[in-house]
Amino acid sequence: MADPAKKVVLDPLVNNNPITLQVLGICSALAVTSSLGVALIMCLALTSVTAFSNLFISMIRNQIPNSIRIIAQMAIIASLVIVVDQILKAYAYEVSKQLSVFVGLIITNCIVMGRAEAFAMKEAPGASFLDGIGNGLGYSIILIAVGVVRELFGSGSLMGIEIMPLVSNGGWYQPMGLMLLPPSAFFIIGLLIWAQRTWKKDQVEDREYQIHQVHRAEVL
Amino acid sequence: MEGLLSLAVKSIFVENLALSFFLGMCTFLAVSKKIETAFGLGVAVVAVQVLTVPANNLLFQYVLADGALAWAGLPDVNLSFLGYISYIGVIAAMVQILEMVLDKYMPALYNALGVYLPLITVNCAILGGTLFMVERDYNFAESVTYGVSSGIGWAIAITALAGVREKLKYSDVPDGLQGLGITFITVGLMSLGFMAFSGIQL
Repeated sequence: MADPAKKVVLDPLVNNNPITLQVLGICSALAVTSSLGVALIMCLALTSVTAFSNLFISMIRNQIPNSIRIIAQMAIIASLVIVVDQILKAYAYEVSKQLSVFVGLIITNCIVMGRAEAFAMKEAPGASFLDGIGNGLGYSIILIAVGVVRELFGSGSLMGIEIMPLVSNGGWYQPMGLMLLPPSAFFIIGLLIWAQRTWKKDQVEDREYQIHQVHRAEVL
Repeated sequence: MEGLLSLAVKSIFVENLALSFFLGMCTFLAVSKKIETAFGLGVAVVAVQVLTVPANNLLFQYVLADGALAWAGLPDVNLSFLGYISYIGVIAAMVQILEMVLDKYMPALYNALGVYLPLITVNCAILGGTLFMVERDYNFAESVTYGVSSGIGWAIAITALAGVREKLKYSDVPDGLQGLGITFITVGLMSLGFMAFSGIQL
């Protein structure tokens, strides 16, 4: 029991990361990362929705007729997102304002749908729940990494606590405004993917068109 | 009229769904390898967006908003917590209906869009458009304008990206950046370019 369970949870972290390898759930990964606190809340929300939607879908997987499975999954996911949204509004109103539409967009977050379709429809509830947590964590790792970089260099702080004193407050750090703007999120994720694929060579995609074949052969 | 026009320009360029709100990114990255397919998907998104944003606007105004059920004699009822599940239901139903109508009356277009239509149900740009419409409290005319123009903005962005990627495959990209990595960086540069529009005073 211990080993397969561990594999289900740990595999999505690096080897099969939902964002950098499966290309799922990127929308929110980019939009909510300009500060770390918001990113953390989003990770928590997404991980719990993925885990519980996997659990419930897996529990009723034998009752769902194949032709209407998408809408059945949607209904479960949307209900869970409503619960999360109401909880956030009740206990963390400021953050829920900052997240604005992105909590609602968890419904169409491909990670949730993708895992429901690919894993929960086939496996037992327990394993599906763990798979949901694993994929949620894989998503969280990327989100937190991007959030740390963007907040640290963009406003010199982490979770709102000042790490590098800003010039405007008499310190030495001149904040990089670019980090708070949308394009920086793309660059950071692009570079993260580069780093990860340099580490794990087998994830590198094949070229569609090899232009320097002859040239390379000469060099080597 | 002028207000609607500036809303349209704003949602096509300044607040582009794909490049400044990152909506519909999954399909944006996955289906942007060829210009024709990207354009086909763009057209499908515009079509669905035109139908769903106004439909959800009516749903919100006459059923879900606080006190909206006054016409049915229930002025104290607030159903806004049911928003998400109703919007996604409307979107799924609309996509299904659009698919059947196209199949029956415009088979050529259906064959061209066929594969992408079901994908659109889970495209964040569609649900995102609806949620922005609700959050910003658009009236019906504004919601029609917003639906059309946000769809067009998304279509422009994905077609442009496909154009860039078609040329990009002839470049010598480092191994680790191949494919997904370089696409992210390209989109980042495009988004930087689109930010230039934010200087437009409307």
